[in-house]
Amino acid sequence: MSSSSVPYAPPAAAGGASPSTGRKRRKRFSLLTRRDKLTLGLMVGIPAFIHIFLIWLPTIGSIVLSFTSWNGIGGLDKIKFIGFKNYENLFSNYPPFWPAFENNLIWLGAFLLIATPLGMLMAVILDQNIKGTRIYQSVLYMPVVLSLAIVGFIAQLMYSPNMGFINNFLVAVTGDPKWTASGTAIDWLGTPGLNFAMVLIAAGWRHVGYVMVLYLAGLKSVDNTLREAAAIDGANARQTFFRVVFPVLAPINVVVLVVTIIESLRAFDIVYIINKGLNGLGLLSVLITNNILGEASLIGFGSAIAVILLLISIGPIIYYLARTMGREAE
Amino acid sequence: MTPTPAPLGSRQVVTGKRQRPHYFTHAFLIVVSLIWFLPLGWAVYTSLRPYGDTGGNPRGYFSIGGAYNFNNFVNAWNQADLPLHFLQTALVVVPALILILTFSSMVAVAVSRYSFKFNLALLMLFTAGNLLPQQVVIVPLFRLYLALPMFAPLSDNGIWYDQLFGIVMIHLAFQLGFCTFVLSNYFKQIPKEINEAAFVDGASVWRTYRSVLLPLARPALAALATLEFTWIYNDFFWGILLLRTGDKFPVTSALNNLSGQFFTDNNLLAAGSLIVALPTLIVYFALQKHFVAGLTLGSTKG
Repeated sequence: MSSSSVPYAPPAAAGGASPSTGRKRRKRFSLLTRRDKLTLGLMVGIPAFIHIFLIWLPTIGSIVLSFTSWNGIGGLDKIKFIGFKNYENLFSNYPPFWPAFENNLIWLGAFLLIATPLGMLMAVILDQNIKGTRIYQSVLYMPVVLSLAIVGFIAQLMYSPNMGFINNFLVAVTGDPKWTASGTAIDWLGTPGLNFAMVLIAAGWRHVGYVMVLYLAGLKSVDNTLREAAAIDGANARQTFFRVVFPVLAPINVVVLVVTIIESLRAFDIVYIINKGLNGLGLLSVLITNNILGEASLIGFGSAIAVILLLISIGPIIYYLARTMGREAE
Repeated sequence: MTPTPAPLGSRQVVTGKRQRPHYFTHAFLIVVSLIWFLPLGWAVYTSLRPYGDTGGNPRGYFSIGGAYNFNNFVNAWNQADLPLHFLQTALVVVPALILILTFSSMVAVAVSRYSFKFNLALLMLFTAGNLLPQQVVIVPLFRLYLALPMFAPLSDNGIWYDQLFGIVMIHLAFQLGFCTFVLSNYFKQIPKEINEAAFVDGASVWRTYRSVLLPLARPALAALATLEFTWIYNDFFWGILLLRTGDKFPVTSALNNLSGQFFTDNNLLAAGSLIVALPTLIVYFALQKHFVAGLTLGSTKG
C-alpha cells in the first residue's frame, strides 16, 4: 500500500510515518504538485485550526484555570495559582455539588437501565414484519426531533399542578377537585425528588426513540441466515437474540452506550428551562453554567467542575475511539 | 417468508408457517404509541382552546366543549416576537450548515483519499472533540469570546460575544467532528480508481474534490444537512451562554425568556411550543429517510 505510486492511500497506511524520516517517505506525495499540497494543507488546516482553537484550547484552558483563583476581573496577569484548593472546596464546602453529581449518576442509570433497553426492545419488536411498523416507528421517533427545551415546555403541559394533563385527568376520573386545587394538588415539578423523576420520564420519552432508530439500522444489517441457522439449531427467540443477534450488533452497542453516557453528561436544556436547575433539578452542567452567567463569576471554581465533567466523559470517549478507529488502524 | 423472531419474552416457537398473528405485539405497540403520542396530542388539543374554557373554568383542561380556534397561535406568534427569532435562527442555521458541510467534506476528502501523516490522529481529535460535553469548554470559551476582536459586518460590538457570528463558529467547531467522521467513512467506500482517473486527466486536488468527489457524496451530504439542521435549530445552550441581547436570540434559546410569560397560561404555552417545534417536525416528516440515514451513517459504518 505504501509503495503505491498513486497519490492516495487509506489513512491507516500513513498512520505510523514520523515527520522527519527523510526524503524517501515523502515519495508518497511526489505526484502532487506543490500547489496541490498547499490546497490539501489548507483543506485540512483551516477546519483543524477552528476546531482546535475553539474546543481543545478551551478544554486545556479549563484544566489550567481549575488550579487558579480568578474571578474574571482584570487581565490574565491577575491569575493566581492555588493548587487543588478549588477541588477541595468543591468536595467539602459547596453544597450543590454532590446532589448535582448524584443527579447526573441517576440520569445515567435511568437511561442505561430503562430508556436504552426499552428503545432496544422496541427496535427488536418493530424489526419484525409487522403491519404498520413504519407508523409505530414514526410515532416513537417523533420526540427525537424536538429540542430538549421544547420537551421541557411539553413537560409543563403534562405536569403543571392546576393546568397540567395529569392532575386534570385525575380530577376528571375521580370527580374530586382537590387534585388541581392549589394546596392539595401534587406539584410534579416543584417537589424535590419527585421532580427529577418526572424530568427523567420526559427526557426518556425522547431517548427511547433515538436508541430505537440506531438499533433498527443495526438489526437491518444483520444477516438473516444467522437467524435461520439459529432457528434450525432449535434456538428460541430469546436465545436467538441474546446469543446470535446481540453479539453481531457490537458496533451499534458501542455507539448506543457512548451516546447514552454523553447525553446524560450533557443534559442541561430541560432542567434549565423548567426552573434553571434549582430545587432538586441540579446537574453538573447547570453548576458550571451558573458559575459563568451568575452574579459571582468564579472562573477557577467553575473550571474545576468542568474538569470533573471532563474526567467522567474522557473514559467513554477513549473507549469509543478505540472501538471505532482501532479496527481501522490495524 | 423467512422465519422472524417472536417478540422478546414470548415462548412462541419460531417456525415461519405456524406463527400466529401478532395480536399481543400489536396491542403492546398500540398502547406504547398512544402513550408516546399523548404529550404532543395533548399540546395540540390544549393549544386550540381558549384559556377561558379550560383554566378559569370548573371543567378544567380535561374536558370537551367550548370554542376551538387558532387564537393562541396568533397570540404566541405576536407576543413572543417569534418572526424576529425565526429570522435569527435562519441567520445562524444557514451559514453554519454551509460552513460545516464545506469544511468537513474538505477534511474528509483529505484524510480518506490522500495519505498523510496525521490523518488518523486528526480524525480522532475531531471525533473526540465532538463528543465532549459543551460545559467542559465554556468557562474559557466565554472569556475568549469576550476578548476576540471581530470586524463590523460580522460583529456590531467589535467582539465575538453577543454575536450570531460567534454562535455560527461554535456550531462549526463542534459539528465538524461528527460530519468529518461520517463523510470520511463515506468517501472510503468510493473506489480509488476515481481519483486515479481524475489524476490522469490532470485534475488538481481542488478540482478532484470539487467536481468529482463532492458530487458523489450528495446522499451523505443531504443526510447530514437534514440532521445538522435539526441539531442547530434545536440548540438552546449556546444562545443562552454566548448571547445577551434578547432580540438576537434564535428561536429555541428565546424560549428561555418566554417561559415566565407563558407559564401562567398553558394554552399559550402549548401553541408556542408547537410553533417552535413545527419546522423540525416538518423536516422530519418530509425528509425522514435522510434524517435516519444521517444518524445511522455515523453509527453502522464506523
